Amino acid sequence: MIPRPKPERFRLRRTMMFMNAQKPGLIKDAYIYGCDSIMLDLEDAVAENQKDAARFSLYHALKTIDYGGTEVIVRINGLDTPHWQEDIRVCVAGGADGIRIAKCESAQDVLTVEKAVEAAEEEFGVEKGRTLLMAALESPKGILNAYEICAASPRMFGVAISGGDFRKCMQTKPQPDGVDMLVARGQMLIAARAAGIQCFDTVFTNLDDQAGFEAEVLQNKAMGFDGKSLINPKQIRFVHEVFAPTEKEILQAEKIVRAYREQSAAGVGVFTVDGKMIDIAFIPGAERTLKLARACGLWEGDLV
Amino acid sequence: MEIVKPAMAGTLESSDAQIMVEPGENGIELFLKSSVMNQYGRQIKATVLETLERLGVKNARVTVVDKGALDCTLKARVECAVFRSADASEKDIPWGGAVR
Amino acid sequence: MKNAVGRDIPDFLLQNGREVYQGKNYMDGKYLQKASPRTRRYEKPQESKLVDSIADALRQLGAKSGMTFSFHHHLRDGDYVVNMVMKAAIEELGLEDLTIAASSLGAAHDPIADYIEQGKVVGIQTSGIRGRMGEVVSAGKLKTPAIIRSHGGRPRAIEAGEVHIDFAFVAAPTSDCVGNCRGIGGKSNCGSMGYAMTDAKYADHVVVVTDCLVDFPNMPASVEAIDVDAVVVVDSIGNPKKIASAAARISQNPRDLMMAENVAKVIASTPYFKEGFSFQTGVGGPSLAANLFLEKFMDERNIKMGWAIGGICGPMVEMLKKGKVGKVIDVQDFDLDAVNSINQTPNHFEMSASQYANPANKGAFVNKLDFVVLAALEIDTGFNVNVLTGSDGVLRGAPGGHPDTAAGSKVCIIVTPLTRGRMATVCEHVVTVTTPGDCVDVLVTDYGIAVNPLRPDLIECLDKSGIPHVSIESLKEKAYSLVGRPDDLEWEDKVVAVLEARDGTILDVVRKIKPYTLN
Repeated sequence: MIPRPKPERFRLRRTMMFMNAQKPGLIKDAYIYGCDSIMLDLEDAVAENQKDAARFSLYHALKTIDYGGTEVIVRINGLDTPHWQEDIRVCVAGGADGIRIAKCESAQDVLTVEKAVEAAEEEFGVEKGRTLLMAALESPKGILNAYEICAASPRMFGVAISGGDFRKCMQTKPQPDGVDMLVARGQMLIAARAAGIQCFDTVFTNLDDQAGFEAEVLQNKAMGFDGKSLINPKQIRFVHEVFAPTEKEILQAEKIVRAYREQSAAGVGVFTVDGKMIDIAFIPGAERTLKLARACGLWEGDLV
Repeated sequence: MEIVKPAMAGTLESSDAQIMVEPGENGIELFLKSSVMNQYGRQIKATVLETLERLGVKNARVTVVDKGALDCTLKARVECAVFRSADASEKDIPWGGAVR
Repeated sequence: MKNAVGRDIPDFLLQNGREVYQGKNYMDGKYLQKASPRTRRYEKPQESKLVDSIADALRQLGAKSGMTFSFHHHLRDGDYVVNMVMKAAIEELGLEDLTIAASSLGAAHDPIADYIEQGKVVGIQTSGIRGRMGEVVSAGKLKTPAIIRSHGGRPRAIEAGEVHIDFAFVAAPTSDCVGNCRGIGGKSNCGSMGYAMTDAKYADHVVVVTDCLVDFPNMPASVEAIDVDAVVVVDSIGNPKKIASAAARISQNPRDLMMAENVAKVIASTPYFKEGFSFQTGVGGPSLAANLFLEKFMDERNIKMGWAIGGICGPMVEMLKKGKVGKVIDVQDFDLDAVNSINQTPNHFEMSASQYANPANKGAFVNKLDFVVLAALEIDTGFNVNVLTGSDGVLRGAPGGHPDTAAGSKVCIIVTPLTRGRMATVCEHVVTVTTPGDCVDVLVTDYGIAVNPLRPDLIECLDKSGIPHVSIESLKEKAYSLVGRPDDLEWEDKVVAVLEARDGTILDVVRKIKPYTLN
């Protein structure tokens, strides 16, 4: 049995790679590609008559495989299916870091899952509150209720949009400029930021269209997403490159954090760095930049 | 557990194993075919028998067609087949108990 | 007697001056008495050497039981010629006790397994042995141990007279009526015919088998009429679809790509990666994909590859056409792009197996090689590589040019996933040593890179470039932690195959496997 450290609610999640929990060859070492999180899928990837088999396979994978520092999240079946309760039991018993709630439409959905998670934590003697949650918004209703969903539970670390189902509801298709989901992405981002949780974009499924993928990732970064769901390891590198801070941003952040530490020790609240007014409001952002830089292998300091 | 009716789990894909359990009367009768028989035949046999014992299966004909599955996959497939044979694979699995 | 890679070689094999493997370059500087071929004179002008059938050619040239027939493997899995010839010899002429000396044998030759079981074929000398033939030989059904040689070791053995070829059969995509052969211009094209060249020079009799007779003279010829006794025209020498695949495509498998990129990084970190460097790569997933990443580094540094050798396929031809590589010289072609390019694209040349890899001539191409990228079935903590036996102990591979390029090159990189299914590729002891560890420099896996401690210079290169590497022992431990430590294989005493090092010493033997069964 591989003991997994307690999951961190806020950590680096630039890339979340989906894989079928039912395929032994896939799940045994998906972490070698360096994604931040892997998303073991009990939902769409698993055929209806193999849901049971997938859970057995998932349980032993979680208990046996050393995923190292890679976060392990499980996508469970929707609340409108007969599978989700057993899905939650196996996730909690196996020690998954987090659960992704499929087709989430309301705060109540989050609470329903949370209750089942709590019961499972009790049943399997898992520390209460250990299992994190994230929600996938897949319908117009989910987007409209984004804020209440994001703020529904202290277990919630993030929210993601699921493009396939959402576009179907909206009677649209992927557009090169992303206009098909611009409003939904925007609304979800605002809700996530207002609730103080992370926000992730949907998968890009056409593996042959590298240019389209890159354009979408650049737009994700520009809009303020924390990361993106992926379907293939070859997509990881570009996302990590785009989400990495620039050298200038790192230098600036280092200066801000250093100056803040010095100035606040001297009792000064507002000061200037390179001619720019800086106060405490700049610090979380600067610290986040440095943490990100370290994760990207671009910075080796010990300020954060 | 008792093997109530024939049941199967797993696939013949590489790194997987297909397990079939059938009712039996003479203890565990194991039939094993593996792509890694010479190096891992003994370990596969041990894993399958241990898993059956943990599940309290006393009598069964068990056929394993292994395509290089890791131990964790073998366990998962055996368990799933046994629970399926009792129509009990969908819920209230004793995770961390008999299944571990 | 134990040899330099720690393998116990039975004494009965060490007769007539046979030695055990004693390390790289052991034979350097020694003199070799070449065998002189015995060939038949055709003084009286012949209008044509055409003979009606393979059986007629065998009869006319005096084929007898106990003879050795040689073949080359350019038709790969599409080959019909080995089976046709053996069928004629055994079923039409009633010959027995035959030995097949082929440059390689593969999936196309399953029917030969029957002749082995019937005791009609009593000896096999080859680089590759797979499929049913591998199983039959592993089960001890061949009368004498099979002899496994590398592509360079084979012409060495022929020239030294260790293999006396009574009949060489040349599968020729085109031939004229007197036996000038080419690998192109017909309906079953294979491009280079490099493995047939030494056979044609040293065999007592040479029979060309073709399915496309062309006007005399078929020039420039790969095998020349001056060495040919007879030409037989058949309906088809092979299945073109299996001779050369449409085009070898670079793998899209993310694991292969990740390893391939690391291979290219290792190459680019060494001082040998400079204008005019030389390179060979295999056609396996990660090996071939290394081309792609190497090209990026070449562009970045603004350097070109001087020359490449191989087994060649499309991606390398593409680089030649783009001017990224100066010359391509090949002994075999793996896809139609390469087949259609050889001797057509300027600077794409053909060479013989001896020119490619023979350790006993005055300097084969492999000796000038900077980098070679190779696959492995297994590699152990002594960096010894096995590309012949599966980890279940059954013959199912081929040394090919592996030991030759590894020994000749300045940097030999093995690229392989750490595990395949439940098999640990990186292990404690390989089942069979086909390439000795003193020829292998770097191992690239999906779980990390290891450098042979014999190469501190390369360790320094990697360190300077910030390429992380670990010990090969730690990779082995990781592999076992994933798949479990395998049980030791159990063997009987009977030797089923002898693995000859490229210099002719004995590197290893394969014994009959005792299969594990329940109860």
